[in-house]
Amino acid sequence: MELTVGPNQFFWSADRWTSFHDDLASAPVDRVVLGELVCSKRLPFYQDRIPDAIGTLIEAGKEVALTSLALVTLKRERKLTSELAEMGVEVEINDLTALAHLPEGIRFSVGPLVNVYNEGTIAWLASRGAARICLPPELPLASVETLTAAATNLGVAIEVWGHGRLPLAISGRCYHARLHGRTKDNCQFACEDDPDGLDIQTLDGQPFLAMNGVQTLSDTYACAAYQIGALEKSGVAALRLSPQSNGFGELSRLYRQLLDGECDADHVADAIGRIDGNIRLSDGFLTGARGVDWSGKPAQP
Amino acid sequence: MTQSPLQIPRFPAVLAYPLRAMPLVPLSLSLTAYSRKIAKSHPGLFRRLGEYGHTKFVLDPTDLPFVICLHPNGGVPRVIVTRGPGEGTARIAGPLAALLGLVHGAFDGDALFFSRDLVVEGDTAAALALRNAVDDAELDLSREVSDLTGPMAPPVQRMFVFLERHTGVSLTRPEEAGAW
Amino acid sequence: MVMEIVCPAGTPAALRAAVKAGAHTIYCGFADETNARNFPGLNFDRAEMREGVAFAHSHGTKVLIAINTFPRAGDEAIWHRAVSDAESCGADAVILADIGLLDYAARNHPGLRRHLSVQAAAANADVINFYADAFGVKRVVLPRVLSVPEIAAINAETEVETEVFVFGGLCVMAEGRCSLSSYATGLSPNMNGVCSPASHVEYHDDDGVLDARLGGYTIHRVEAKDSAPYPTLCKGCFSTGDKTGHLFEDAVSLNAEQLIPQLQKAGVIALKIEGRQRSRSYVAQVVRNFRAAVDALEAGKPMPEGMLARLSEGQAMTTGAYKKTWR
Repeated sequence: MELTVGPNQFFWSADRWTSFHDDLASAPVDRVVLGELVCSKRLPFYQDRIPDAIGTLIEAGKEVALTSLALVTLKRERKLTSELAEMGVEVEINDLTALAHLPEGIRFSVGPLVNVYNEGTIAWLASRGAARICLPPELPLASVETLTAAATNLGVAIEVWGHGRLPLAISGRCYHARLHGRTKDNCQFACEDDPDGLDIQTLDGQPFLAMNGVQTLSDTYACAAYQIGALEKSGVAALRLSPQSNGFGELSRLYRQLLDGECDADHVADAIGRIDGNIRLSDGFLTGARGVDWSGKPAQP
Repeated sequence: MTQSPLQIPRFPAVLAYPLRAMPLVPLSLSLTAYSRKIAKSHPGLFRRLGEYGHTKFVLDPTDLPFVICLHPNGGVPRVIVTRGPGEGTARIAGPLAALLGLVHGAFDGDALFFSRDLVVEGDTAAALALRNAVDDAELDLSREVSDLTGPMAPPVQRMFVFLERHTGVSLTRPEEAGAW
Repeated sequence: MVMEIVCPAGTPAALRAAVKAGAHTIYCGFADETNARNFPGLNFDRAEMREGVAFAHSHGTKVLIAINTFPRAGDEAIWHRAVSDAESCGADAVILADIGLLDYAARNHPGLRRHLSVQAAAANADVINFYADAFGVKRVVLPRVLSVPEIAAINAETEVETEVFVFGGLCVMAEGRCSLSSYATGLSPNMNGVCSPASHVEYHDDDGVLDARLGGYTIHRVEAKDSAPYPTLCKGCFSTGDKTGHLFEDAVSLNAEQLIPQLQKAGVIALKIEGRQRSRSYVAQVVRNFRAAVDALEAGKPMPEGMLARLSEGQAMTTGAYKKTWR
């Protein structure tokens, strides 16, 4: 199984963004998706760094794709979306708007924020040129199995959300701005203080969600370590790791070792806890009664 | 935006007081017979309950000194009126007038709930299913009662209308106004 | 032309009430997971749907059938059957969100009019035109993330009819792009047709303090006599750092009644009322109100004053994203 690094979901300084992608050149990952997924207002801060990062990663032998925004509404965003293909790398569509702008028949990939729930959708996307689909994180293992079989028949590679805070919702409203009593247009980039999102608790102090501008994420970090066997058996082609500010290089090495059979899931879970003792894990969308659940063991077939 | 609080009449305490001594077994029996008649004339009501067709409900008119336990029993309902808290997995509590208004479609259940005129406890999904099923059945409890009285039905029905007008409690199903 | 009032019906009784109250169009769904209001005790079996459509048609009212969840892998046949049954029941259109299902309907039921559900969150003219080209979509229900000027801009660039929500529950997140509910409960709008499902709701009344929990998470806590919103996740009260409050959205519901003239100028064809889960009494009151509003508009009279506050959640109203400052 391959490892894909998804687009960074958070607002990082241009220097942090650059050094993160420089480090990926030497990380044991096969594919990197970069660009702005969440908020078009962040893009000007690091847009000019993107071509160099693409160059560095391609030189290091990585496959590179450029993501679309997750929600395209404004004129400026539509223009950005229409120009994606001009960068000369594969486009990962995370809003169908991007597909409207791709030349027909061109090969593209589909990100986890496009609603791909069934065989009919996969067949239609494949007929339009989809070569790879990262499934929505919400899907259970049974659906992953069915969809991987359908996709493989059509020559489409399936990727599954392997690690990182889960993207649960996207909105027209910016919650970071709202928290600071500002509107989205005058947000003053309140989200840049939270490189992994801002933790949200219930009134009982129970950790629950994380705020990231217009996006809402899970408090827990998804971790598919215990389900690798089931995913491999289904024919899943790649595992997606979502960037986090802390210890990402080590994280990618851990998952590489797990996929190569050099360590087990217990080792991965323990090591993740050592990178950051404050994070909670989940794999409930794949195997549990609900997304937040954590199995701590492989699913029973 | 201004609010227009809903005025829900309360059952007068002076009338409720004597009910504390009223024997409840005859009331239970007649309500059971009454609910079976409704089950017969509105089979869709119990069909609509679906997986909650065997859930026990407690209907608690908070201005009366007893609660009504309704067991749909798959379409052959049983009603037990009791002075205790009652046994059931879902409890719907509110003034008698709110409960009756809900049945007659005079009030909206969600609106009563938002204003806390109505309180739901226990299995919320079951309570919701009952609310939706009752709403679809377009019941008219007075008509069901007066129909039981045979030839006396028209005057009995007029009495309900009179009571309704003077108490503000929804005892009949309102006419649908404003056809286009 | 008078703006079309598109009204919800969760039960046959609500459908009849809405028709009598003056709805131009009713939308409803089958009693299963194919529609996004798959709530206990709600919706239509096949016979009820056939009768409902016949009743509506006999009063000159149209019926749209929402099949707007995303078909489950391996079980697409359930959704395909729903589309086919919608056609045979005489529906005037189906409201779809899933790409695969749109493709299926376009190929197998070309004569059945297709509307794009709000669950597809098509938020700009490019993607709307794309849905029209690819699947022959004739109308789009716009997501509740757009301002009135943005809606006008979309209409200037598309031939597809636009329908917008004007009243009722308000999704704060882009519809069809939200899995908050399945994260906390395992059941989601996209897969199961429910959000913050009642089956996972618990209320605890402790000396007049009412806790509302969803999947074990406390979503609200209100004092006695305060209004008690349903524990919908995105309208919950949470805390972060030293701040506590409704971080995503207050317990408000949408009321764009006073914006109807602007929406008409923006090129909107139809006004949609949310609330298939609400009672027939609610449906009738809201429809009567909105029908009076569009009739007044058509006659060149001022908008009637709203009377709908009490019917809404938490008894507070918002115009939502239609005014840009909401963001």
